[in-house]
Amino acid sequence: MPKDSGIGASSKRREDVRFLTGAGNYTDDINVHGQAYVHFLRSDIAHGRIKSIDTSAAEAMPGVVKVFTGKDFEGVGGMPCGWEVTDKHGAPMQEPPHPILAQGKVRHVGDPIAAVVADSLEQARDAAEAIDLDIEELPAVMNMKAAAQDGSTLVHDDLKNNICYDWQLGETDDTKVDEVFANAAHVTTLDLVNNRLVANPMEPRVAVGEYKRGTDEYTLFTTSQNPHVIRLLMCAFVLGLPEHKVRVVAPDVGGGFGTKIFHYAEEAFCTFAAKACNRPVKWTSSRSEAFMSDAHGRDHVSKIELALDADNNFIGLRTNTYANLGAYLSTFSSSVPTWLHGTLMAGNYKTPVIQVNVKAMFTNTVPVDAYRGAGRPEATYQLERVVDKAARELGVDPIALRRQNFITQFPYDTPVALTYDTGDYNGTMDKLEVAADLAGFAARRAESEANGKLRGLGINCYIEACGIAPSNIVGMLGARAGLYDAATVRVNATGSISVMVGAHSHGQGHETAFPQVVADMIGIDESMVEIVHGDTSKIPFGMGTYGSRSLAVCGSAMVKATEKVIEKGKKIAAHLLEASEADIELKDGQFSVAGTDKSVAWGDVTLTAYVPHNYPLEVEPGLEETAFYDPANFTYPAGAYACEVEVDPETGQVTVEAFNAADDFGNIVNPMIVDGQVHGGIGQGIGQALLENCAYDENGQLLSASFMDYAMPRADDVPFYGVDHSSQTPCTHNPLGVKGCGEAGAIGSPPAVVNAVLDALNSGGKAVEHIDMPVSPSRVWAAMNS
Amino acid sequence: MYNFEFEKPSTVADAVSALGGEDAQALGGGQTLIPTLKQRLAAPSTLVSLGGIPDMQGVCIEDDGSVAIGGATTHATVASEAAGSYPALAALAGLIGDPAVRNRGTIGGSLANNDPAACYPAGALGSGATIITNTRQIAADDFFEGLFSTALEEGEIITTVNFPVPQAASYQKFLQPASRFALVGVYLARFADGVRVAVTGASEDGVFRWSEAEEALNKEFRQDALTGLSINPANMIADLHGSKAYRAHLVSVMTKWAIEACM
Repeated sequence: MPKDSGIGASSKRREDVRFLTGAGNYTDDINVHGQAYVHFLRSDIAHGRIKSIDTSAAEAMPGVVKVFTGKDFEGVGGMPCGWEVTDKHGAPMQEPPHPILAQGKVRHVGDPIAAVVADSLEQARDAAEAIDLDIEELPAVMNMKAAAQDGSTLVHDDLKNNICYDWQLGETDDTKVDEVFANAAHVTTLDLVNNRLVANPMEPRVAVGEYKRGTDEYTLFTTSQNPHVIRLLMCAFVLGLPEHKVRVVAPDVGGGFGTKIFHYAEEAFCTFAAKACNRPVKWTSSRSEAFMSDAHGRDHVSKIELALDADNNFIGLRTNTYANLGAYLSTFSSSVPTWLHGTLMAGNYKTPVIQVNVKAMFTNTVPVDAYRGAGRPEATYQLERVVDKAARELGVDPIALRRQNFITQFPYDTPVALTYDTGDYNGTMDKLEVAADLAGFAARRAESEANGKLRGLGINCYIEACGIAPSNIVGMLGARAGLYDAATVRVNATGSISVMVGAHSHGQGHETAFPQVVADMIGIDESMVEIVHGDTSKIPFGMGTYGSRSLAVCGSAMVKATEKVIEKGKKIAAHLLEASEADIELKDGQFSVAGTDKSVAWGDVTLTAYVPHNYPLEVEPGLEETAFYDPANFTYPAGAYACEVEVDPETGQVTVEAFNAADDFGNIVNPMIVDGQVHGGIGQGIGQALLENCAYDENGQLLSASFMDYAMPRADDVPFYGVDHSSQTPCTHNPLGVKGCGEAGAIGSPPAVVNAVLDALNSGGKAVEHIDMPVSPSRVWAAMNS
Repeated sequence: MYNFEFEKPSTVADAVSALGGEDAQALGGGQTLIPTLKQRLAAPSTLVSLGGIPDMQGVCIEDDGSVAIGGATTHATVASEAAGSYPALAALAGLIGDPAVRNRGTIGGSLANNDPAACYPAGALGSGATIITNTRQIAADDFFEGLFSTALEEGEIITTVNFPVPQAASYQKFLQPASRFALVGVYLARFADGVRVAVTGASEDGVFRWSEAEEALNKEFRQDALTGLSINPANMIADLHGSKAYRAHLVSVMTKWAIEACM
């Protein structure tokens, strides 16, 4: 029977009441008395040398407070990169400066050149039009392979070439890898593109900077997934401010998907300008600005080769990827094609020899960084497409081929640096085969064919590494940050609890799920527990939310802090009950003496902690505990997905008829929220597979610069999903045994969709090996008629 | 957007007079114009809303059986009020944009804008409609002059669009995945005196009639009438969403679907 509260209950999302009734408090809802507005003048060319900027006319326009250009930021730090990747020769990556406003050159359409602060936004825009720019246009560096050649135009003149790093993971001996492939019974090779995406959260980015002259204190309100990270980066690397004088607030945030992790120039600008103008400064991104200034996602061009022996065992895997970083290094961009991508190339399979090669490229495009899944979707897509192609070439069942090569013994050390602690890939595949009624597929295909349609079934397995840590290991790998998290459990005198967490909720439902854990541990009603997040002046120093880490990392800190609270509560209860602390048990909100009917209620203990009249002298008053938690390892959610599509052979139109997911997330706190996370992830994955395409022309102009040309998935583009997470192998190294569920859907679904389309086309007698995403009607039709 | 004056006259005459001012611009439902203004790509001195003129509102059936639609009538109104009198046209209106667009956008605004991927130009040209303005009547065949270009003079207002009602008609629209405008849309209308086939979304010259298909269907109205016919891809649109060849192919498929729907 499903639980109705606590861990395992599908408690309704309490935050949705305010979100759905217009009572949310988003950054753009925040207006500070006396605020001015900034408008950024952005480059409309991809690459050019700034010869002069004349702002004199703009400065004389009505309402203008101040006009800033790159010159105003000489001597100020640039936007930092949080991860230093070391290339395969042992050299650090090339790390070009990233000024807040362009200095010397503009490097992508949307690169901010000047900023006008004025009394109103319209005045700021009027004045920006009066800025006289002289920019000498340079050839745009767009094609990654061409950009890697000697003699290519340089995005950054001071770098030796456009290659940020040439990185390798796994087998370093090329001869050994060559031998594996030379001795293989079969080799399957695939060239593919992982399409560039724009995250497009519903809420565009906003920043409001405020400076109080009287106390020399700054406040930045911003749309961020990690306010402490923003404060640290901005204070330590960009503006040189003391952290204790800076408060960063990320209130309700309307979706992040990774693109709100990063520290952006506009945040630093508003903070800087608030002091320079002695007025609060507000910036609200338009949707058009978001397309050309929010970090994009994906954009890999890869070749993958899979070697199999005569019994169809995977014996070797080699990948060569060009990863687009865009014009500048965004905060975590360098880690995405490397440690979040190469490490996942083993997937669910016991391939003994793996070599991953990645060239990360600077181009005249918007910076690219983490987007839901971040590197892991790119790895999964390559691997699961090549496995599917191998099955077709060999004429074997794609599920049987996968099962044959599954890792079944845990813990398992992969050849690409990870140790999977636990998993059961046959278990999730078993669940999938039932949930998706794979046995009935032939009949469904016959029915589609009778209606003149082709039907395809696509299978995909995935593994992801979530809750990236431990900090000492990621530090060795180049991370310039720790990846722990923190929670403070503050018990109030009357027994209710505020939990201040370092994680940030921007759609994940923490405000509901986190209290379920604390309430369950103590045995009180969930409504007595509330989560506080998103304000550096209220919460302990935590690293925020991304990489499906919140419950696994911050939730573990919260459990540890709650355990400390309970331990102290037992001391107080023991005193009140005149019993030994060792005999005190806490159940259903009652501290009792084991084996007796003596007990004292939770609320009586908490009140005693704050009104310590009858109190143990050796115990401090109050009931508040903080814990930091640094995980011992990643967590490894995994699963198997099945997608069924119909293809209209006349038009190439693909419709997703069914989508089933069988995930192993370990233990689950709120099954309904987990379902919702998987639904959203699959929706974004279907979007990538069928619809979304961020395209540039050869001059670096963004062709898909609005929703007129950038196709977001709509409700009728996706089916009703089947989600099963009953196959559970709990994480072995965190206290809740949880693994993380936020990105799985976006990682596992694109290959399933593409595999299904190819299955459909091949069933129609047309041998089609591959179609790049998005698998749009025109691309399907072209492939069918090539 | 830039600042502008705003007028909302209640008669056509007052609207014409207001549009006589320098850089005055008519505002229908604003589904194209307002985003253009927001991007500062247009700077009219005065916006003259046509939304307050009762004579330009609504759907009615004329004595000759034709359907007359006021120029300021919204897509949603056409979708509901023309459903009985001209179902294919009502269906076209009901598939434009989303509910917000359909409750603001107007037939006159759509025709005057003549977006090469809009639906109404195909409906008007395919039906052989008459565009009635404050000064004259223009046959649909003479109205559409290319991308975003029509026979309308400066300051001329579409007051009514008159649609003869065919024996059978169908609009088949293949959606551009992002905008959900027509990647290719075909409006086929079968009258006692002949068949009209109008194509939107496909051509670099905007909406056009596929005369070869009309001739073939006039000989015999049957499903395989198009066999052997194809559109020359040369002046089709090529963009992110489809090549010239794909659009030419879709014209044939959409026309075939429209024939099937009229059988």
